[in-house]
Amino acid sequence: MSISRRDILKTLTLTAVTGSVLRVIPLEAAEYAHRMVRAARAAAENQTYAPKFFSAHAYKTLQALCQAIIPSDEQAKGAIEAGAPEFIDLITSENKDYQVALGGGILWLDNTCIDRYSKPYLDCTAAQQKEILDRIAFRKNAKQDPSLGQGIEFFSLLRKLTADGYFTSEIGIEYLGYIGNTFVKDFPGCPPVPGL
Amino acid sequence: MQVRRTPKTYDVCIIGSGAAGGTAAKVLTEGGLSVALLEAGPPVVPETDYKEHVWPYDLPHRGAGVGGRARQGLEDEFLAPNGAWEIEGEPYVSAPGSRFRWFRSRIVGGRTNHWGRIALRMAPVDFKVRSHDGMGDDWPLSYEDVAPYYDKVESYIGVFGTKENIPTAPDGIFLPPPKPRCTETIIKKACDQLHILCVPSRLAILTQPHNGRAACHYCAQCGRGCITASNFSSSQVMIPPAQKTGRLTMVTGAMARELVVNKDGKVEAVSYIDKATREEKRIHARAFIVAASTCESARLLLNSRSTLFPDGLANSSGVVGRNLMDTVGSDGGGYFPALEKMPAHNHDGVGGMHMYLPWWKFDRKNEFLRGYHTEFGGGRNMPGVGEYDDLCDEFENYGAALKQECKRKYGTFIGFSGRGEMIPNEDCYCEIDPSAVDQWGIPVLRFHWKWGDNEIKMAKDMQQTYREIVEAAGGIYVTPTTPEGQNPYGIADGGMIIHEVGAVRMGQHATTSALNQYCQAHDVRNLFVTDGACFVTNADKNPTLTIMALTWRASEYLLDQAKKGNL
Repeated sequence: MSISRRDILKTLTLTAVTGSVLRVIPLEAAEYAHRMVRAARAAAENQTYAPKFFSAHAYKTLQALCQAIIPSDEQAKGAIEAGAPEFIDLITSENKDYQVALGGGILWLDNTCIDRYSKPYLDCTAAQQKEILDRIAFRKNAKQDPSLGQGIEFFSLLRKLTADGYFTSEIGIEYLGYIGNTFVKDFPGCPPVPGL
Repeated sequence: MQVRRTPKTYDVCIIGSGAAGGTAAKVLTEGGLSVALLEAGPPVVPETDYKEHVWPYDLPHRGAGVGGRARQGLEDEFLAPNGAWEIEGEPYVSAPGSRFRWFRSRIVGGRTNHWGRIALRMAPVDFKVRSHDGMGDDWPLSYEDVAPYYDKVESYIGVFGTKENIPTAPDGIFLPPPKPRCTETIIKKACDQLHILCVPSRLAILTQPHNGRAACHYCAQCGRGCITASNFSSSQVMIPPAQKTGRLTMVTGAMARELVVNKDGKVEAVSYIDKATREEKRIHARAFIVAASTCESARLLLNSRSTLFPDGLANSSGVVGRNLMDTVGSDGGGYFPALEKMPAHNHDGVGGMHMYLPWWKFDRKNEFLRGYHTEFGGGRNMPGVGEYDDLCDEFENYGAALKQECKRKYGTFIGFSGRGEMIPNEDCYCEIDPSAVDQWGIPVLRFHWKWGDNEIKMAKDMQQTYREIVEAAGGIYVTPTTPEGQNPYGIADGGMIIHEVGAVRMGQHATTSALNQYCQAHDVRNLFVTDGACFVTNADKNPTLTIMALTWRASEYLLDQAKKGNL
């Protein structure tokens, strides 16, 4: 980025605060600065992500699982497009507990698929993938089949982290319909809603 | 090691730059005194340090922090800088059987960079609790003594609210309140049915331009710090006018270690560690204001032992470290199906609640003494990390069904936080740990904590009340708590509400208190402690406004003493 947010703010601050001892800057200046930051980030984004923790195979599996947890549909794109796998890989690379739980969990899934279908998860048919995920997506299944316990724990953590990655993304936030994080001159209060 | 001495002797040296230290710096420098202000952390630069208007996806960790630490309940990345439950190299200890958490902030402005901006006056009865119900102690001053200083503080910093004439929640000098959000409209209706008070909240956030600061722009992010200084922080509102006088010397990165007394028993210097060089340095002054935050202030006094003061400075009464209080906190919340139908709209508002529930059962006999107020919030906030943990655990499943369920439930939760008065007890105190030091070589604190029966009963009442309100508002209460376990009725561990006060309390008598009503030490006339440590009790009013009012009052007293040549 050629001109930093700090530079902009410094310039605008100097011109704006004459007459006030308090360090305040006009709203327009701040908003402009934030737009610049976002534009710079967007420009840096169109690059392929190199996983920090997961092996190439494990990362592909992670991507497939994230997308299975929050798929793309006509309303909004899915977890991969929202950057959930990158987010999960980054925090996993910094957290030993996650390394065991997720790194080990993906291996557990592959081993289980090999036992059941003679193929690792990614090579399984869509029906087989659905079958195993349907087993590990619900805690109650461990009661009938205790061998699923580890897979259920793994999937439970991955589901939360995928939701984190998805709903903190631009795609996910738009899908939820959050409106805000912006400058509002007068807060309008609750809009008229029937029954309220 | 060579101990460096700064040649200059200041009129006053203030230790700590938060609510208390900043207020003292403003009043004293504007009153003509030269002031050295010590701060253990660095300066704050709002334009670069505050993450206002940043989206989660603007940060690689999405707000979860390195290794996802925000998921473990530690502070997220958006929070204004240097506020932390744990500081590397600066440990504290909980005694066996006690659980105490200590939120500290090493930065100019201290915790006023992070706080909830809730600015409630203590009521007349709050200053005279012992006379009222026989528990705890009366303050050595009355509401009438403090009221003019509440006026001064509110007029200067800007607080919104409404006049309500509630005897236990005195009105102040208020800016107009913001309009209620949908969630607040729903709860207000239910509270009206139940005859529970629900009124506009009172926050130190500007709803119109005030004293050279811009009005709030309603992004709901006060906790990140405000680049337009539309909310109150000491760093942006108290320190700048003090700097403008030319009489303020800021010393940052300065970890106070000991107050040094001369042979006459007056403090002559503060010894501090310059964090940049790890050297021991001193600042000399005629008077000292300790405003390091309640427990840090107690720690500094207890670590200032000398032949004259073998049990620590200003501690002939033995009360320093004792009388430690926090606020009784218990949370509950509900899911409101009606909110599913709410059209998408900007729900942000100010960085905090627009309405709150002051204590409403003051006119009757309850199962417990004293009272609590209730803060509440929820609805269509900016989504964040951990948002869907509970839903994921309950709904389970995956795919389109999970995705749609998350959207359906978005913004349908309203949470309540009870904030009640704790009665001080013998089991809650801090002391110097006999063995541990921090990385600066300064002995650390050890905390002892045990909630009393009154507090547990209060938490129980909070839970019952929140269930009633949620159900009256057509919601489903989703916070099961039990009377058993480590946290009966969801009562938070000591320190968790970050309202610790009382460890260097004021009082009438030098045998049972450390300070007089002007926050001046009974034992050491040129020493003042004006932060939350001076509190006698901890009313259900968030302490910051009172800290500032008491500091303003103590500072005017100190100015008067200086004019009379008594420094």
